[in-house]
Amino acid sequence: MKKYTYSEKKDTRSGFGAGLLEAGRRNTDVVALCADLIGSLKMQDFINAFPERFFQVGIAEANMIGMAAGLTIGGKIPFTGTFANFSTGRVYDQIRQSVAYSGKNVKICASHAGLTLGEDGATHQILEDIGLMKMLPGMTVINTCDFNQTKAATIAVAEYDGPVYLRFGRPVVPVFTAPDQEFKIGKAWMVNEGIDVSIFATGHLVWEAILAGEKLAAEGINAEIINIHTIKPLDEEAVLRSVAKTGCVVTAEEHNRLGGLGDSIAQVLASKLPSPQEYVAVNDSFGESGTPEQLMKKYGLDSENIVKAVKRVMQRAGSRKGVLL
Amino acid sequence: MNNSNVELLKSLASQVRRDIVRMVHSCQSGHPGGSLGCTDYLVALYFSEMYHNPEFNMNGKEEDLFFLSNGHISPVFYSILARSGYFEISELSTFRKLGSRLQGHPTTHEGLPGIRVASGSLGQGLSVAIGAALTKKLNGDDRWVFSLHGDGELQEGQIWEAAMFAAHNKVDNLIAAVDVNGQQIDGPTEKVLSLGSLREKWLAFGWDVLETEGNDMEQVVGAIREAKNRSNKGKPVMILLRTSMGYGVDFMAGSHKWHGVAPNDEQLNAALVQLEETLGDY
Ligand SMILES: Cc1ncc(C[n+]2csc(CCOP(=O)(O)OP(=O)(O)O)c2C)c(N)n1
Ligand SMILES: [Mg+2]
Repeated sequence: MKKYTYSEKKDTRSGFGAGLLEAGRRNTDVVALCADLIGSLKMQDFINAFPERFFQVGIAEANMIGMAAGLTIGGKIPFTGTFANFSTGRVYDQIRQSVAYSGKNVKICASHAGLTLGEDGATHQILEDIGLMKMLPGMTVINTCDFNQTKAATIAVAEYDGPVYLRFGRPVVPVFTAPDQEFKIGKAWMVNEGIDVSIFATGHLVWEAILAGEKLAAEGINAEIINIHTIKPLDEEAVLRSVAKTGCVVTAEEHNRLGGLGDSIAQVLASKLPSPQEYVAVNDSFGESGTPEQLMKKYGLDSENIVKAVKRVMQRAGSRKGVLL
Repeated sequence: MNNSNVELLKSLASQVRRDIVRMVHSCQSGHPGGSLGCTDYLVALYFSEMYHNPEFNMNGKEEDLFFLSNGHISPVFYSILARSGYFEISELSTFRKLGSRLQGHPTTHEGLPGIRVASGSLGQGLSVAIGAALTKKLNGDDRWVFSLHGDGELQEGQIWEAAMFAAHNKVDNLIAAVDVNGQQIDGPTEKVLSLGSLREKWLAFGWDVLETEGNDMEQVVGAIREAKNRSNKGKPVMILLRTSMGYGVDFMAGSHKWHGVAPNDEQLNAALVQLEETLGDY
């Protein structure tokens, strides 16, 4: 197992803030909008640097999305900022009609996604946003795993022409990917090559997958770990190549098991390479109040559950091979 | 209203404010500012002006109903419900903790008595209150429906869709109130997105509007009674509460900084010495 270490923990939303500032420096067409959550979205540095390119819209997310669509007409590249719940469910039809269907170059940037939002509870913890966004034709959906990757992704989506949903989170988590990396939209990242099982992880679950990989290695299981940061368009080639080798799959995400990364992978495999798969995801429920760590444990989104899922799926794959013999 | 009654409500308010800062301190999260500012209004409603039954029934027939649209001020709501007898006051200590019925924002999902709809995502509560008021009319039930909203919350368009409907359809058994503290997360409302004259806005939308000091118990009670007098006359009624965010704790008062920040140990003690323990802490 390849060794991953970290020297500090940071929140992915701060990676967004840093990336937005850099994107703003590189391209004067980059503009930003926020709905009364500047501090939470870490947009202050951008605002200080480019006050005339920032719009505070107040607590009015629908208006924000509509205005962002309008700002693209004439060439601006708008980044909208609010919590993931208010970035998606709250404004779905505005995104659908004015952004996705109209093919507008809007970057919908969503913080506090998933359970790790913590104490605010289920009203704010959206676990359905990846599904909502990936169902929109033409929408690119990205969920980043640490500060560096989020910063790089923010810079990359500014350079890409088309609507993007960029999802990140609230808590501080290990910074384990390379600083100043190049982020390739739609290209999976090989975290660890292995042969026994393919673990596809996104967002905060990537670090958990690495921890799981270490535990499995200690037991003699050589897991391939792949980070799917871009859920749409999915890197099908990377998925198929890996599963052709390992024969079984675990997917891990901070999202409802319905409609997330797991389903995207299952859909590819079902038609091209049917394989046993186990989901590490929220089992079709809302979240609740608690600390991020408590919730990730309670809802089974940690390395321990990834290890268990790997053992289950390898057993299924093994017995299937047995039947075939 | 006689003086002894006002004094009683004031002493209740002091206890509720203690509950608020203690709850938020205990889990180190939550929203003390708006909670403290709205304490007097909620105390007046639940302990004087609303007819309600702590033996909770979702349908609330023949009862006055209250909807908290600015759900982030759940601490004040939970304290009021507990102190009214909807559930044990000891449960306040579980606020925002794993497995609690006292979720970060009010929810029906955990079955907490006194809550009739989830809130937290802003801007939705007026529509729900209008629906409940329509049901009361259809049922021939002549009790009132009350709702409370933040002033920042009024920036949500849905509020104005609801406002238009209520006036057009003469939903005159509805008494809504706005916590006009002039503050929201990113700063004063006038800096973030100015609301202009709320009085003129609501009047223009066809509502009957009254204004009151929101942190003066006698005036708050007077305003609710006046609102009741003006109800059932063809217009929904709006009470604009001029409050101070963080009212009752000097270092929290008047600033958006305390919208959603928990006090540390030292700050908790500094707050508690300003708030008399009148009914016994939970
Ligand atoms: C739809 C929606 N957008 C954003 C938020 C995040 N948020 C929570 S409270 C708040 C500010 C509310 O301001 P106000 O209504 O004036 O309440 P106060 O701060 O005075 O308590 C915001 C933006 C939310 N809860 N819901
Ligand atoms: Mg306010």
